[in-house]
Amino acid sequence: MIDRSLVNHELTASTMLMERGRLKFFAKAIGETDAIYFDEAAARAAGHPDLPVPPTFLFGAELDSGGLEKLMQLLKLDLRKLLHGEQEFTYHRMAYAGDCITVRSTITDIYDKKGGALEFVVKQSRATNQRDELVAELRAVLVIRH
Amino acid sequence: MTSVTPIAAGTELPALKLPPVDRRTLALFAGASGDHNPIHIDLDFARAAGMPDVFSQGMLVMAWLGRLLTQWQPQAQLRQFTARFQGITHLGNAITCSAQVTETLTVDGEPRVKLLLRSVNQYGETKIAGEAIVALPNS
Repeated sequence: MIDRSLVNHELTASTMLMERGRLKFFAKAIGETDAIYFDEAAARAAGHPDLPVPPTFLFGAELDSGGLEKLMQLLKLDLRKLLHGEQEFTYHRMAYAGDCITVRSTITDIYDKKGGALEFVVKQSRATNQRDELVAELRAVLVIRH
Repeated sequence: MTSVTPIAAGTELPALKLPPVDRRTLALFAGASGDHNPIHIDLDFARAAGMPDVFSQGMLVMAWLGRLLTQWQPQAQLRQFTARFQGITHLGNAITCSAQVTETLTVDGEPRVKLLLRSVNQYGETKIAGEAIVALPNS
């Protein structure tokens, strides 16, 4: 059983620079065909200051700095038992290449189903930019198979 | 003159059909997304976890749904995007992403639509069921 006292625990904040090259790599990996996501000139022609950060990219901002491994240590869990149950994004403003995004996450709920065979960890995050403006809120439901 | 079709409940977005998931795509997505969980890229690890093989990151399939949404309306109009991962997307699965407007609503004076999202493989198995809220300021 995961320690229920970890509810309301705040994880260490992580900060990630939105690098152009990384955004282009992400666009390639998902087969993106809209040039505004990988061509600066196309992005500017469409009225953007630089390459936009696509809708789901910020999910990885925390993982990139080893967030998944740290979370597994905190929860005393084996990565092999982990599945992604749900993911939600609420958007407040666009982020672009060159922005520096900080993600602050809190564990907001831990519960189980099927007599403890499945445990669920809910993590809510706020992603802010270098001007401390709220870019997006994220909510993840992680599933642990026992 | 081009005619403008009003966006109402029942409107279907153009579907997005993806090629079958292969190991290369999973490896590229692991590096690009920052999710280095080996269960998606390391066969030995996946087998030790009781899985027959590596399988897709759920967030790869969600990113494809994101492409469907941003090819329909500019990303700046996206207000909310939710995915419930309902099944594992296996190697060889060819995913089709689709969306349908289910509701029109006004929030804080802004016209918005709610969409029902689905990612389904070639056998009709749902991998993601989700929703999105998109603002339509010019409608």
